Parts: sequence; structure tokens; C-alpha cells
Amino acid sequence: MSSRQPSKYVVRKEYQEPIEAPDLSVRSWLRWIWKQLTSMRIALILLLLLAIAAVPGSLYPQRSADPNGVVLFFRNNPELAPWLDNLQLFDVYSSSWFSAIYLLLFISLIGCVLPRVAVHYKALRSDPPAAPTNLSRLPAFKKLDSTELSIAKAATFLRSRKYKVVETKTEIRAEKGYLRETGNLFFHVSLIGVLISVGLGGALSYTGQRVLIEGETFVNNESAYDSLTPGFLFDKSTLVPFSLRLDSFSTRYDYNNPNNFGKPMEFKAKVTSQVIGEDKPLKSVIRVNEPLFLPGSKIYLTGNGYAPVIVVRDQDGKVSFSGPVVFLPQDSNLTSLGAIKVPDASPKQFGMLAFFYPTVAKLPTGALTSNHPYTWDPLLTMNVYVGNLGLNSGLNSNVYELNTHGMKQLAGGKSKIKAIKLQYGQTATLPGNLGTVEFKDIKRFASLDITYNPAELWVLLFAMTTLFSLIAMLITPRRRVWVKKTTSGIEIGALAKSKDETLPKLVREVAKALKKKAQ
Amino acid sequence: MNSVVTLNPELATFSRIIVLAALTLYSFAFLVLAWALTKRAGSTKKKADKFANRLDTIGISLMTFGVLLHGVGVVTRGIAAQRVPWANMYEFSITGSFIVTAIYLLALIWKDLKFISTFVSGFVVLIIGSANTLFYVQVESLLPALQDYWLVIHVSVAILATAFFMIAAAMAGILIMKESKFIQTTKLPGANWFRGILKVFPKVDKLERTSYQFNIIGFILWSFTLIAGAIWADKAWHRFWGWDTKEVWTFIIWTIYAAYLHATTTRGWEGKRAAWLTLIGFTAILFNFTIVNLYFKGLHVYSGL
Repeated sequence: MSSRQPSKYVVRKEYQEPIEAPDLSVRSWLRWIWKQLTSMRIALILLLLLAIAAVPGSLYPQRSADPNGVVLFFRNNPELAPWLDNLQLFDVYSSSWFSAIYLLLFISLIGCVLPRVAVHYKALRSDPPAAPTNLSRLPAFKKLDSTELSIAKAATFLRSRKYKVVETKTEIRAEKGYLRETGNLFFHVSLIGVLISVGLGGALSYTGQRVLIEGETFVNNESAYDSLTPGFLFDKSTLVPFSLRLDSFSTRYDYNNPNNFGKPMEFKAKVTSQVIGEDKPLKSVIRVNEPLFLPGSKIYLTGNGYAPVIVVRDQDGKVSFSGPVVFLPQDSNLTSLGAIKVPDASPKQFGMLAFFYPTVAKLPTGALTSNHPYTWDPLLTMNVYVGNLGLNSGLNSNVYELNTHGMKQLAGGKSKIKAIKLQYGQTATLPGNLGTVEFKDIKRFASLDITYNPAELWVLLFAMTTLFSLIAMLITPRRRVWVKKTTSGIEIGALAKSKDETLPKLVREVAKALKKKAQ
Repeated sequence: MNSVVTLNPELATFSRIIVLAALTLYSFAFLVLAWALTKRAGSTKKKADKFANRLDTIGISLMTFGVLLHGVGVVTRGIAAQRVPWANMYEFSITGSFIVTAIYLLALIWKDLKFISTFVSGFVVLIIGSANTLFYVQVESLLPALQDYWLVIHVSVAILATAFFMIAAAMAGILIMKESKFIQTTKLPGANWFRGILKVFPKVDKLERTSYQFNIIGFILWSFTLIAGAIWADKAWHRFWGWDTKEVWTFIIWTIYAAYLHATTTRGWEGKRAAWLTLIGFTAILFNFTIVNLYFKGLHVYSGL
């Protein structure tokens, strides 16, 4: 069977694109473009293009999903990266070319579907069409030579099979399976619904991040976020004022199974929340997979780590810094890196770059590491830098990093003085008459994502109707059957919209019903 | 799922042995079924056909015993891990191949699909073999991010969809070989023998129709996988869609099969062209399961080795 042979399955007229020679006026050009765009061939090409265009987004790190990966890629491929960036390969899914493909596809879809809604609406309300002149050209056909038989029996049979039947003196017209097209149209309209809700959702939503240390309270307003990404239609003044306190954070580890020893089994953030001016405070638990629903926000647990409590005193014993410092985890055993900045120190400002090891161990190279995420044997090591912290100039605005440019290293590294090492509860003297530093306590912190998307429910609803109409469309066969009385006998012909192997069987059944003697 | 889990490594080892026993049965089934195939191809005599039929029966029986053992292996793996047995590549492979075989054997009851038995048994041998040598891991508990009932729904339906797509792809593969001009005309040694084997398979339009039917069921299940994944992602990762590498490939696969449906139902694509799209779709599925799991960075990595 070569592909040049005519199709066995008859394509309905309204789906065949007429081939027209375009004339040169602007209007006919536009009409020609529209016709091309809404043709099935172009839709198919666009669909396949969309699949291909999505591939590079999985090959290169994307700013939306993996911003650190992009930074790394730029560092490792300094010559190639800007080129790729010009092609928007780090923002594939918001790139102009990817957007162009899916927007064209949706225009094509709308242009295809809307006229078909009208056609189908008419078809639903009208009778099955008259029989074609030559039934023998249909994919299933049978001729009975007898002229005696009454075609009314065929009508009764087809009605019993839930066909919509119209009888004339010489022919029976029957059709079944309108649900196929109904499902098809619902599917595509729902798909448009999904896209619109996703788009609107993106515009009306926001996501924000906030790191909370045990005991800290977050009050929902713009300035309380570590970072806030609002959609362009989101009004920040509509943030619902609630407070959220992290009472405690805990991790449960598996000490029961040798295979899994020490692996985290559960992360649990106990919180107290209260909508300001309303209700009593509410105690609840946030876990991974268990966000907290508050009015106008969902709160997710996305990360955690340690915040050692540090106290710095100057030579006179006056406290110049005191409090928990968030250390960012560097590996799964929570070796963590943090920056302690003491702007109010005397005689000079200084900062410390510190590592925290929850359970300290030594590598063969002599370097320190952590071999368990729980604080079985915590150790803090610190390199001390003295000089201008640049907090006023915005140079050191990232609280998790210490930019040591222009500062002088007093302890650790090449400074000839060993880095400061502190165990839990210990105090050490700082070099350069800077006073003392104490490792007073350990607190835990939780990284929370706070999000709001009013269109989420709509996306879900449209996705569900997409699925149900897809099922309805794919399992319903649409068939037309004609029975025609001619001078030489009775002709039966059947036509299907899809690959339908039972069509000849149906024609045989109709013939059998015709031949059946009256009871 | 917050109670203390006690894993059972001994039972996991037992499960592995049972799965390997099933693998042995499948291998024998494959050999017997391949023998039947060559027997049919080599001769048009009735006697040879009768013998081949008997071999078929033996092969299918071996597969049936295999799938029963395989089922025990899958269930005991689940009991040993105290959860559904599809949380890493090894488990996904053994459960997936079990589902493929079970669906195939069940489909045999109402549809004559004996002709792809060699393919199905061969493919299952390949999957279990590579799972056992490349992906094997001892039972471990689930990370907090995976502790959710959506793991049961999302992944099981993905496995089912893959099974349907696989059977459709096997038929598309045969169709392409049957239609290939090169295979029809080549004078390479063994070409006649190979053409004889191809003749054993049903006619092209039957292959095409059956492949289409399995593809549409696969497509419905894949759509469900995608939606269920989005619902879970909204719960676990605070967004329903974020173009994670696995999400990207799920989308690509969905789009390829959507294009296949359009091509076959409204553009009248038939035969080789439609079959090539089926194979491209299934290649994307294999790519998604192997290369994307093993080498791409993404949020789904913990479901890998």
C-alpha cells in the first residue's frame, strides 16, 4: 500500500482545503494567509514545531526553573553563553519564537474551531443528509437484489441502535455519534480555556519567598518578603494582612533501617497564623506536600537549614552583635555557609565568613565536612575580615554573602592566624583587638514560598473538561448509514468519521434486519 | 505516611530472585515464540503451521507463568519497601514491564494479537534485564517530597500509558518493515527469510488500526498523567507547571501524539507516515525515561537511581 493511493477513509468536505490561486489584492492576500493558518496542514506543522521548540529548554538551564544553572553555564562557557542568550535559549518558554509558535497555533485553533461549532450546532438540529448518488463508493456497501423488501425494517433496526433516523419513501438516512464532534469541540475550546486561565493567572498571581528563623514572625506585606515576584496585573495593596510565626522546625531522620540510615523522613514546620484583626491565632503544621492555606495565600515549605546564634562583644564586653544568622546549606548533610557582619563593632567594622558543620568530620585531605544533617557534633569555623563592610553603599546588600573586596583578612586562609573554631557554647577571642565571639545557640530556619493564583481553579476545571471531552471524542464512533430502494433492489451503504473496522459488520446487520420476516 | 517505616531488605532480595525467575521464563517464552515465527515463515505447509501453533501455545503459557511470578515479585517489592513499588527506575521498570505483559495477555482474550508475542516477550526481557543490571537499588524509604498519594495515581497511570504506547509502537515497527522498499527488494543474504517472517504478521491495515487504538488509549492516559502531575506539582512545588525537564518532555510527548491524532484523523495520514510518528513518540518516551532521568538536571531526579 503506497501512500499515493487514495484514502480508504472518506474525508468530509468541510475539512478539505480548496486550492485557490491567490490574486494580488491585499484583502485576498489576508484571506489566503488566514486560510493557510487555519488549515489542518499548518496546524499539524505548528504542533510538531512546538514539540521541537520545547526541546532546547531541557538541554540548557532555564532562568525560570534553574537560575543558578544559568549563572554556572555563563561561568563555564563565557564565549558561547551570550550567543545562546541572544537566541533566548535560557528563556525558551517565554522566548519570542516559542511564543510565536503557540500563539499562531492558538489562532489557528480558534479559526478552526469556531466555524465548526456553528456547523456542528446546525448538524445537531438538522436531519441526517440525503444519500449520496452512488452508495457503492462508500467504505461499506451491500446490495440486496430483492425489490420486495420494505426498507422500514431497516429504520426500526437503526432506531433500536440509537441512530437518528429519517425515512422517505425511497430511502432511510441515519446518523449516530454526534458526541464525537461535540467532544472534539469541547476539547479544543477547553484547551483555549486552559491557555487563557494560565495567562490570566500569571498576570494576577504573585510568588514570594521568605526565610523565617524559629521564633520569627512574618507579616504579609511587600516589605516583609525577601523577594516578591508579582504578575503585572497584581495589586500589592491587596495582600491580605496576616501574621505567621515559625514556632519550631524539626526534621525526623531514619535511624531504623540500615539502608536508609540518617535520611530525612519528614520536615515539619509548626506555625501560628492569624489574620490581623480577625479570629484567634491558629496553630498548624506545614510539611512538604502539605501547604498551609491562608486567605489570599498558600504557604509552602521549600527548604530549611541552620541559623547559629552568635554574640560579638568588644574588648569592654559591650555587645555589638547578637542574634541568629541564616547559614545557607551547601550539601545534603547541611554543611552551611554564612556571613556575619558586625557594622557596630569597635574599633573597626568587621565581618566573618563562616562554615557550620552540624556533625563535623575530617576528609582525608584534612578539610572539614559534615557527615550528618543533624547537630550531633556541631562546629563553627570563621574567617575574619576587617574593613569597610560597605553596607551604606549597597555593596554588601546580599545578607548571605560577604564581599571581602577591600577588606583585610585577619584570621583564616593566608592570614597566618588560624581560622576561629567554635563548638556549641564556646567563646573565642578575635584577633586584632576586636573582642570576642560566642557560639551561643542553634536555631533552625525554614524557607517558605508564599503564592497566590486566582486562576488556578479555572486551569484545573478546564483541564478536567479537556480530559473528559477527549475521552468522549476518542471512544465515540460517528457513522452514517443509508438504505436506498432502487429499481433493481435495495442498497445499503455506511460511512464513518474514523478508522472503523466494524462498519462492514453494521451493513451486514442492516441487511439481516431487512431480510427478517415480519413477526 | 508519618509513622516509622520498617524496610525489609530480605524480602526485597526475595523479590529480586522472583523477578529474575520470571525473567528466565520470559526468555524461554521469547525463544519458543521466535522459533514459532521462523517456523511459520519458512513454510506454507499445514503441518508446519500446526507445529508453530503448538509452539505459540507453549510460549504464551510460559509468559503467563512468568507474569504470575513477576506479579509476586512486584508485590513483595512493595511490601519490602512499605509503599507502592514505583519510586525509582528499577521499580518503575519491573512494575512497568509487568503491566505491559499483563495488558498484552489480557488483550489476547478479546483480540488476536499473538503475532507480536515475540516482540512483547523480547522487550520485557530487555527491560527486566537492564533494570536488574543497570538500575538495581536496595529498598529505601521515600523522601518527604515523594510521600504523597499522588505518587500512586500519577506514576501508575504513567506506567499504564507507557505500556499502551509500547504495544502500539511494536506494531508500527512491523508495519514500517513490511512497507519498506529496501526490505522488499534487497538481495542481501537472509533477506528472503526475513521477508518470510514479515509475511507472518497481519496485513498492514490491521496493524495500523490496532496501533491506532492502542495509541489513543495511551494518549488519554498520558493526558491524565500530565494533569495529575500538574496537580501534584502545585501541592509539592508550589506551582502547577514550571517547565522542569521532566515536565518539558511530558509536554513534548503529548504534543507528538496529539500531532499523530490530527495527522491520522483529519489529514488522512496512513501506513508508514503515521507509523513513523508513533515511533518518534515512543522514542521520546524512552528518552524521557532513560536519558532525561540519568543525565538531565531537574526536580524529578530523586525518582532516578
